[in-house]
Amino acid sequence: MMQMTTADDSSLINCTTCRLVSRVRRIPKQSFPICPRCGAQMFRRKPNSLARTWALIIAAYILYIPANVYPIMTVISFGKGEPDTILSGVQSLMVSGMWPLAVLVFFASVTVPLVKLLGLTFLLVSVHYQWRWRPKQRTILYRLTEAVGRWSMIDIFMISILVALVRLEAIATIEPGTAATSFAAVVVLTMVAAMSFDPRLMWDAMEQRDG
Amino acid sequence: MSIPTGHRLIACQDCDLLHRQRLLRDGERAKCTRCGAVLYRNKRNSLDRTLVFSLTGIILFLMANLFPFLTFQYEGRVQESVLFTGVKELLVQDMWMVAILVLMVSIIIPLLKIIGTLYVLLPLKVNRRPWRAAFMFRLVEALHPWAMVDVYMLGVIVAMVKLSDFATIVPGAALYSFAALLISMAAASAALNPHEVWEQLDVADRI
Repeated sequence: MMQMTTADDSSLINCTTCRLVSRVRRIPKQSFPICPRCGAQMFRRKPNSLARTWALIIAAYILYIPANVYPIMTVISFGKGEPDTILSGVQSLMVSGMWPLAVLVFFASVTVPLVKLLGLTFLLVSVHYQWRWRPKQRTILYRLTEAVGRWSMIDIFMISILVALVRLEAIATIEPGTAATSFAAVVVLTMVAAMSFDPRLMWDAMEQRDG
Repeated sequence: MSIPTGHRLIACQDCDLLHRQRLLRDGERAKCTRCGAVLYRNKRNSLDRTLVFSLTGIILFLMANLFPFLTFQYEGRVQESVLFTGVKELLVQDMWMVAILVLMVSIIIPLLKIIGTLYVLLPLKVNRRPWRAAFMFRLVEALHPWAMVDVYMLGVIVAMVKLSDFATIVPGAALYSFAALLISMAAASAALNPHEVWEQLDVADRI
């Protein structure tokens, strides 16, 4: 069997950019050591990981409300406006019988952001209380939230294409709504939040009571 | 001050567990024994394949941006759009934040990513180290999640289906180029082995 030794236990530091493991002799005050190979700043754990991730997801939670309440776009045909929220957009796809697309858009615009927000909240709480419960599964959940986030942009891209295509002044135009900005912000904030969370914190809790 | 510990040790990105690095055969990958994260891989002809797909990508990128993307036909009215039209119309409608985001993730970042990859890998192919190689490759790695050509393509499909009842949408040459760009960028990412590139840059540094 191999020994369970972490880089941190051995006073080594793992460069998160190029994966070089270095021995840091003296950590300069108020700055981070620089990786000798790739030149990136190195840190034991991502700096202020918990505070940053909390701040970003709280902002995302707040923006999630206008993103779902306000119309994401309005189809104006013959002077009449038909506003669509994220959910009513999915509904109209369902009504016109486009089930696979309705499922895709629902997954990308509703499920993914919620799973990301709730998942990151759960991970943050688990680190805060130093849970020792299933760290491997929690790490997998983290990898999932990190990988899946970008797919929420489908709705935003769809709007940018519709706006470009439908420009028939009096007959039909498409106006992006306020929810588009909020929703785009939710996607970006949750992506940055996932990047600022450090999964190694979950494993640190495992070692503390052992040692 | 920091000194490298040699290349025998590798720490897991996700759980910090230390492992001794071994030589892998082609196509093999090493996983963390504790959390299962992939530590490093060995990919066959990684450098050559990444270069081929990136060079293809540059050509496809130009085609996707210059040719007509989609044509909209409604009762005899024809409206042509290019890839950039979406960004322009969002700006016209005062949605500048969304416009900038779409511009960045669908056009600028994919382009920077391809150029950056070529900038670092082409000289490595002939055993040279480009100027500020480490900085450039760090940039390429950081841009990776923000290049959303694949997600954009799905957005195009959803938009086309949404409009299909109401008007005729004719895909242009740029749309096909864009679809091919998505495939070549995915293939380049799959072929790229960052671990190998960093080690090569390290060696190039010492010559």
